[in-house]
Amino acid sequence: MKYIEPHGHMVSRTTDDYERISLAGCVALSEPAFWAGFDRSSAQGFVDYFDQITVYEPMRAAKYHIQHYSWLCINPKEAEDMVLADEVISLIPERLSRPNVLGIGEIGLNKNSRNELTILEKHIELAAEHQQLILVHTPHLEDKLKGTRLTLDALEAHPGISPERVIIDHVEEHTIQMVLDRGFWAGMTLYPDSKCSIPRAVDMLECYGTERIWMNSACDWGHSNPLAVPRAILELKRRGHDEDYIENIVFENPKAFMSQSGKFRL
Amino acid sequence: MKPPLPADDLLELYFIETRHKLLDVAAFLDRMERSGQEEDFRLQALKDALPLLQESGAARCARILEHFSDHSEVPIEKAPGKGAAGAVPTQPDNAAGESA
Repeated sequence: MKYIEPHGHMVSRTTDDYERISLAGCVALSEPAFWAGFDRSSAQGFVDYFDQITVYEPMRAAKYHIQHYSWLCINPKEAEDMVLADEVISLIPERLSRPNVLGIGEIGLNKNSRNELTILEKHIELAAEHQQLILVHTPHLEDKLKGTRLTLDALEAHPGISPERVIIDHVEEHTIQMVLDRGFWAGMTLYPDSKCSIPRAVDMLECYGTERIWMNSACDWGHSNPLAVPRAILELKRRGHDEDYIENIVFENPKAFMSQSGKFRL
Repeated sequence: MKPPLPADDLLELYFIETRHKLLDVAAFLDRMERSGQEEDFRLQALKDALPLLQESGAARCARILEHFSDHSEVPIEKAPGKGAAGAVPTQPDNAAGESA
């Protein structure tokens, strides 16, 4: 079955992984900017990183017939240094016109600090000013509930932001309802440990419906599986869901959200 | 919605795997007891979550996630690090681990 991987950190993956996801049916992928596992020492590191996800990764993906898209930002894990964060944010506007850039992301909070919130608000302002889609990272574990609430409040406080143009990623059972009730899209990140398991993701689809929801693997440098979405497809089949139901979740939904950018093509 | 798979088939699909995971929880608690570690805030939070498994209403997972969550409402002054601990630390610098 064809599917879209809407959140994959391919800079952390080998070329073999591109081949594997292509063989599994992946036709398009989007790569949000993230924390690389270590703090970059200057904004120049982000110049190179933004080139990597807007120029180099699309070429790597194309060899396996996968359309590659990206999102730009400084991740909240590097937002405590506000001087660096401001420098990086200043790099973004001139790069938004690159052909594979869908919007601002993955922005959000990590430890729910004041500086993180300030930088989140600056990203929200940037997205509104340039009419960009937004992809939001929500914090992990004990910080997720509070961070999701603070993030939704910050988004709703900006008059230039429409919730249907924002995806709140990494939702779990305690945050999905508030995200959907307030009109945002919800992303479920399928992870072997710290985020959502595949059976739990299927439970949430059965409990909350399939409207404005996507699934992704993240497939970053941590414990993660680039084939998580195809494994979820199998799980949905094992649960008795039909092909149309599944295709709607893994292909039509991410296509519908990302097509709002005007650049997403298949 | 009710799962499309008949209840007996659903049970067949997940029972052994879930039994396995429950035994892992039991073995972890045994292991910690043998190690002499009974005080850690994460371990205590995990033990306190166990009665929630006995609740009805098909919201156990959400309730347990809420149990492990920070329920404060205002941003903290400064991030103590990047990692999350999995339960609310008794000391702010107890957050451990890193994740993308």
